[in-house]
Formats: sequence, C-alpha cells, structure tokens
Amino acid sequence: MDSDLKHFDEMLLGLDGVRAPYAEYNQWFSQEDPARLSKKSKEAEAFFRRTGITFNVYGQAAAQERLIPFDLIPRIIANREWTKLSKGIEQRVRGINAFLHDVYHRQEILRAGIVPIELISRNEAFLPQMIGVTPPGDVYTHIVGTDIVRTGEDDFFVLEDNARTPSGVSYMLENRETMLHMFPELFSQIKVQPVSDYPKNLRRSLAACAPANCDGRPTVAVLTPGIHNSAYFEHSFLADQMGVELVEGHDLRVVDGHIAMRTTEGYKVIDVLYRRVDDDYLDPLNFNPDSMLGVPGIMDVYRAGNITIANAPGTGIADDKAIYSYMPEIIEFYTGEKAILKNVETHRCSEPDALKFVLDKLADLVVKEVHGSGGYGMLVGPAASKTELANFAAKLRKNPSNYIAQPTLSLSTVPIFAKKGLAPRHVDLRPFVLVSPNGINITPGGLTRVALKAGSLVVNSSQGGGTKDTWVLED
Amino acid sequence: MLGKTAGGLYWMFRFLERSENTARLIEAGFRIGLTRSKDPTAEWKSVLTTAGVRAAYDLKYDNYSAGQALDFLLRDTSNPSSVISSIENARTNARTVRTALTTEVWEAVNESWMALKEVLNRPAKETELPSVLGEIRRHAALVRGAMHGTMLRNDIFDFTQIGIALERADNTARIIDVKYYTLLPSASFVGSTLDNVQWETILRSVSAHRSFRWLNDHEISPASIAEFLILDSRFPRSLSFCSRILEENLGFLAKDYGVRLPCHDLIDAQREKLRQHTISSIFDEGLHHFITTFIRDNNAIGQQIEIDYRFVG
Repeated sequence: MDSDLKHFDEMLLGLDGVRAPYAEYNQWFSQEDPARLSKKSKEAEAFFRRTGITFNVYGQAAAQERLIPFDLIPRIIANREWTKLSKGIEQRVRGINAFLHDVYHRQEILRAGIVPIELISRNEAFLPQMIGVTPPGDVYTHIVGTDIVRTGEDDFFVLEDNARTPSGVSYMLENRETMLHMFPELFSQIKVQPVSDYPKNLRRSLAACAPANCDGRPTVAVLTPGIHNSAYFEHSFLADQMGVELVEGHDLRVVDGHIAMRTTEGYKVIDVLYRRVDDDYLDPLNFNPDSMLGVPGIMDVYRAGNITIANAPGTGIADDKAIYSYMPEIIEFYTGEKAILKNVETHRCSEPDALKFVLDKLADLVVKEVHGSGGYGMLVGPAASKTELANFAAKLRKNPSNYIAQPTLSLSTVPIFAKKGLAPRHVDLRPFVLVSPNGINITPGGLTRVALKAGSLVVNSSQGGGTKDTWVLED
Repeated sequence: MLGKTAGGLYWMFRFLERSENTARLIEAGFRIGLTRSKDPTAEWKSVLTTAGVRAAYDLKYDNYSAGQALDFLLRDTSNPSSVISSIENARTNARTVRTALTTEVWEAVNESWMALKEVLNRPAKETELPSVLGEIRRHAALVRGAMHGTMLRNDIFDFTQIGIALERADNTARIIDVKYYTLLPSASFVGSTLDNVQWETILRSVSAHRSFRWLNDHEISPASIAEFLILDSRFPRSLSFCSRILEENLGFLAKDYGVRLPCHDLIDAQREKLRQHTISSIFDEGLHHFITTFIRDNNAIGQQIEIDYRFVG
C-alpha cells in the first residue's frame, strides 16, 4: 500500500485531516459505528440483488448475473470543481458534434490538415452511409459519457469520450437511491445536488430531437439487443423510468416509410429510437447482413428523415483513440477556444518515432486498441509480466496503427469502506451529458467507478471494478 | 402496449400459475401415497400424466418411484414444466416485460426466483417436502398479492389474468381428464375406499377438499365433484369460473381497444356451452369427451389470443 502515498487522495490529507469537500461527511462518518456501516453495506447488496440490478459478463457461463459491487463512501466533488468540469465537458461535446457534422459533410478539418485524412478514410468506425446525411436537429451524440480522471488538486484529464453508447447511468441513479435509502440523515445534513431528474431530462432531450415532420408528441422507444445483453438491466430501467417502450429488433418493421413497433393494436410509428445496439447490427440491409438485432431498412428510413436514431450512426469515429489524440486541436478548430479539459498525452503507434518510443518504454505505459472499449484488449505496462510485455510488443509491431499508448497516470484515490477501515482505491468519473437543439444538459456528478483491488488502475465493471455514489455539493 | 409485452405478461403468469399447480399436484400425490395408497407408484404416474410430462419422464426413467418423480417435477431443468423451470421461465418473461410491471411485482417474482433456486438447489427429502411446497405456495401468493395490490387495471392486468385463467382451466381439466373414470357413476361403488381416496386426491389437487365439503355438507358423490369442478362458478379453479375470468378480461380488452376479434367469438361459444350444460347433460355427452373437447377449445382460445394481440411477429 506504500504506492498510495504517491497518489492524490480526494478525501484524506495525511493522518487526520480531510479535504474541504469531505469535511461535513467526515464529521458524520467519524461518529458512525463501523459495525452498523458493515451491516448497511450488506443490506445494500441484498437490495441490489432483490431489485435485479445486475449485469451479465461476456464469456462466462450462460445466465450468469453479477452485481457491480457498491461502496458506501461517496465520492464528493466541490461545487467550484464541478463548475469548471462541466464547462469543459460542454465545450468538448460541442466540439465533437461539430466534428461529426464536418467529417460527414465538407470535411473542412481534413482539408485544413489538422486531422490526417487516412485516420478517417481507413477507419472502420467511419460510416460512408452517413456521408451527406444530417440527423434531425443536427445532433449526433444525444447521450455522451465523458470519462474523466484526476491526478491532482487541479489536474483533470479526459480519458475517453464515449460518444457512441455510454452505459452506466442506471448505476448512477440506483447508487443515489441506495444511499438515500440507507443514510437519509446524511442528505438532510449535507446539501447534495440531485441526479433523479435524469430520466425526465433524457426523455425531453430525445423528444426535442424528433424528426421535423413529426407532429404531436413524439413517440420515443429504447432499442435493446435483448435480455442476454450485459446492459439489459439498464435498458429496461431507462425505458421504465422514461415511461417508453423497450423494443427489440423483431418488434419493429418499416411501415409506410416509417419505423413502427408491433403493439397489441397494430403497428405504431416510432419517432425517436434510443438504440443500445451497435451500428454494425442496426440494419442487416445496410450493415452486417447476419444481424438479427436490428431492423431491416432502418437506415433508409433514417436517411429519408423519418426517424431519429440516438446516438446517430457513425458517431463511433469520435471514440477512436487515434482521433482522441487530436481532440484539443479539434475543439479549437470548431469552437475557436482552447480546450478547457486536458487530454492525456497520447502516442500514436502508427507514427514510427512514437512506435519506437512505445516499444522502448512498454513497461511504463498503458497501451490501448484504437477501437477498444470496456478495458478489453489493453495492456497496463507496470502491471504486466515479462511474457505479457513480449507478447504485446509482437502485436504492436505487427499492426502498429491499431494502437495508441499513454503514460500510466497516477489516478486519484477515494477511500472505500474495507474490513479494516478506510482504504484508498483508484477512481475515475463518467458524467452523463444530454445534447439536443435546446442545449446541453449535464447531470451533476455521474458514475464513479472504483478499482477494488489495492493498487489496481482498472475500474471497468467487467474487470472487477465497483461503483460509488457521486456527490456534487450545492454552493 | 407491445405485442411482445402482452405475450410476456401472459406467459409470465401462466408459468407462475403452473409452478403453483405442480406444487399442488405433488402435495396431493404425496399425501395419498403416504397415507392411503397400496401402490404409491400408480399415484405418481398419474401425477406425471396430469402435469403433462409423462412422455418426457418415461424417456428418462423406467419406474415411478417417489424420489425420481418428485425430483423430475420439482427441480429437473430438462422438464420444461418443473417448478424450477416454470419459475425460471416466469422470471425470464418478467425481465422482458419489466417496464410493464410495478416494482413490487417485479421484486416479488425476482425474490421468489432467488429463494426457490436456493431451496431447490438439492433434492428435497421427504421430511422437507411440506416446507418446500409451502415455500412455493407462499411465493406464488406474494406475487399474486403484489399484482392485485399495485397494478393498474388496464390492458397489462388483463393479459396477466388471461394467462392465469387459461393455465388454471387447463390444469383443472387435466386433473378431471386423468381421473375421469373415478367420477363415472357406472364405475363407482358409492362409499368404496378406493373411490374415496381418488376423490380426495382430486379435491386436494385443486385445494378444494375443504370448500367442497363445506358446500356439500359431506355428501360426496362423483357427480357432485364433477359438477363442482366444472360448473360451480363460486370455486376459483372451476372451468366455469376460469372461463368467466377469460370472458371478462377479453371483454375489457375489446372495450379498451374498441375492437372485437376472433378470440371473442371463441370465448363466447365456450361460455354459452358451459351455460347450456348441466352435470347430467355432461354425463350424457360423456365426461371424457366433454373434457377432452374443453382442453382442445381452451388451447385454441389461447392460440387465437396470441394471434389477435400479436404476441409474435
């Protein structure tokens, strides 16, 4: 645990002090009986099981439903910290939407030589089917989950943009519900900004993006791959909370140039589809012909302007980790402002000098696939064995442009409630951003993911991470 | 409502009803085997037949010992109608239609799945059987209570009731079908021990031994049992009661959606037939023929509902 001394802890200052945002919480915590808290912690787990807040892990035996471990110590963010963060996120999301419009239309940024053309033209995430298509309201990324890490008092970095289909918002909401349920007294003592408006805001935001020819109240639906998907709980949760239908591909078909769902009274037109199905599976006629998850012909309906697909097809290009490395320039190009939030220094292995540097320093770096997500297929140099390093180096040499490398960040820690008291663990933060023609809405806080193993830097739930409730304090 | 959701609700409640009915059949079979019967394996054979799983069982085993039959009915996942399979299916359907359920109903189903998976994790010993069956019944009651206490009386509720009514009618009819010969006046010696045992099994299989006696003043005759199970509209598991629930809820849907569909004609015909019949006219027609026709018609109504309300694409 000595390594933790080097890390910035967001709560604990040395032996007895805490950072200002945690002062009130600590006062409460120090008077609590640890045995009572342990009991509460077990109650929370039972509550999650009973309500079925589970996720399925790919590659494990069928029908394995697992809980994401929940830690009862909140992650607390001061109001002024949040103000700065949210400004930075809003700017970044505006930049990304402008970028997406541009790469699918005039491609000014390529002509200006700011982003190399081959990063777009040879990119699998770039969808030629989207060239010249303007989504309703010109919104590409209706829902964004910007991953942010912290390394010091004022040092926040964007780790990933997640402009495709960010997940985890249901955990943000349920974590707060659980805390309210377990410790109601805390919330009367400490003024925490609420997160519970998210479903209402999501529905409004989606409805505001309905096609121009939709008259009356837009019909919104959530498209899920089905109950075996790892995030099925979240899909049903969001549909439920928004009061809209949860549909699967086989519930939908094209009827008179619109997408319609099969109801007990016949087919009913959908105006806005919040899809949690990847681009590739969305339309067997236009993309992967073997997909059973999508709707044949939906892309044609989309191009005709008769349905809103959220997020728009083709937004994955903005999640590409090589594109990410250009994000500060991209933001400046479209907003005319310097990026408020910093990028993590990124080495593009496609460049020979960078590749040489990465291979030399592999043991100190984190290497990621440009299209990867969820912590799959990445190398954490300092935690890897000699064999793992050698194997990864071989992969790198074989296909360098598939990888980027970043320094191993000394991520901030927040204590978890462990058997022997408070124990610092590394965290990240995923705030959730809603975009519509009416503006950008960011829920205060977001999902804090925590690596439960001491010293571990990988916070993904599929890799043994847990979550915490995230508080943004009122002023 | 999505057609798929209507189908999910219908099947969720059919499976819940089935798990409870199977538990009830086991309870009756177990009790008779324990207390009265000279040949308990015959009773288990009859329970397996009533549950509609004889063929599957015969593929797996070559005799009807209590332990095997119990295991097959309670916890064999290769038996799609076992209690554990039914609960698993009910919960899978509940997950699919979760947006249509209240939190209370979802939690009751999810908890019953968690609890019964635990209970049925290992073979039930005979000594534990009453508590295992009690647990199954208790969880079914919790789900039903949550449903009645918290769900809106709209089309969602209608489809749950339709599922329950069809499954229950099927179950009661199967019980009569398997034991019909003990109810035939020609085959019975009034007061013989054998028939008393059989009659009691029938009544226990539908949890009606007390209410029947209460209504019939301890006068037990095959005709009165048949009349009770088929025509008595006060008894919640009788064919008449179930078809009334079906008629009522299909009627709500017709009113709600403003459309009458082919399934409405089928249920009207079924109701009319039950209204026309007396127990003696049923015996004149032939009890066995009457019951097999009922089972077929009941299935046909279910299939028509699936089509009319677009359960599948």
